[in-house]
Amino acid sequence: MDTKLEPIVKALQEQFGASYEEFRGEVHMFLSSGQIIEALTLLRDKYEFELLSAMTASDYYPQNTPRFHVIYQLSSLAKNITLQLRVPVNGDQPKVPTATRVYETANWREREIFDMFGIEFEGHPDPRRILMPEGTEGHPLRKDFPLGYEEPQFTFNFEEIDLRKPYAKE
Amino acid sequence: MGVEQKLGNMGIVTAKLEDVVNWSRTNAMWPMLFGLACCAIEMMAAQASHYDMSRFGMELMRASPRQSDLMIVAGRLSRKMAPVLRRLYDQMPEPKWVIAMGDCASCGGVFNNYALVQGVDEIVPVDVFVAGCPPRPEALIHGVITLYEKVKGEKFVTPT
Repeated sequence: MDTKLEPIVKALQEQFGASYEEFRGEVHMFLSSGQIIEALTLLRDKYEFELLSAMTASDYYPQNTPRFHVIYQLSSLAKNITLQLRVPVNGDQPKVPTATRVYETANWREREIFDMFGIEFEGHPDPRRILMPEGTEGHPLRKDFPLGYEEPQFTFNFEEIDLRKPYAKE
Repeated sequence: MGVEQKLGNMGIVTAKLEDVVNWSRTNAMWPMLFGLACCAIEMMAAQASHYDMSRFGMELMRASPRQSDLMIVAGRLSRKMAPVLRRLYDQMPEPKWVIAMGDCASCGGVFNNYALVQGVDEIVPVDVFVAGCPPRPEALIHGVITLYEKVKGEKFVTPT
């Protein structure tokens, strides 16, 4: 771990009881959804993480419960370090408070996470889908979302599929 | 051999009206200027000086659907874009034709997933499918020539 990160990790462990994981030099801190806004504010104001460089989510269904992780990747341009925060979220009624009041850039990222994973962000100023068209059912990046949309047409099933394929009218 | 030899002394040519109208349609077909993905690059190449699609009377790509009669769907069509494509098609004046250029437009290509329309024939009626990923400019020009052959055989009244 980067020596500049050590006091920050220690502070998060003491203040929030956050557990810690490291993989090839990347540090992940696990926080609960109740703590995340406070932690982000602290990191931005005290430890100079002025940039939320990425925000995403991951679905670990069916291996892990809780199945979702919401991941915040923070960068400090002043110190040249990055830090990942992870918030595990349960599968039924997944909810996380919005980070838009701490980092303005979280707005569209949270809309994307909502669109792809169906995780709601409480207090989000504009909680619409961002990628899929309005009226889409389901959230495509969930692991239990059905794979594929259409069966490929081969010679043996060409006519069977041709019958039920929707064709445009003039 | 020019038209003078055919005219004879009377200055008259006889032909079927269908043939003349269809011939005039094929030799001044204006495609709509829009591309959806990488196939559009090949479409531009087909337009440019090296392949020069204007040899076949297609010297103008029209930026407005109201002035065009051929839609070349060049690229993959996402579900979000599909209503827009249909609207462009509806804005084109009759008669109008559609070429689905490339595998993605024809059948979804390698993208068999939630985001893309599996063949634009779900959205607009397609006359000619051009295979390839992306098709070379020759293939697109061949598709256009194939469409000309189809248009030349069109009837004014559908026989019942």
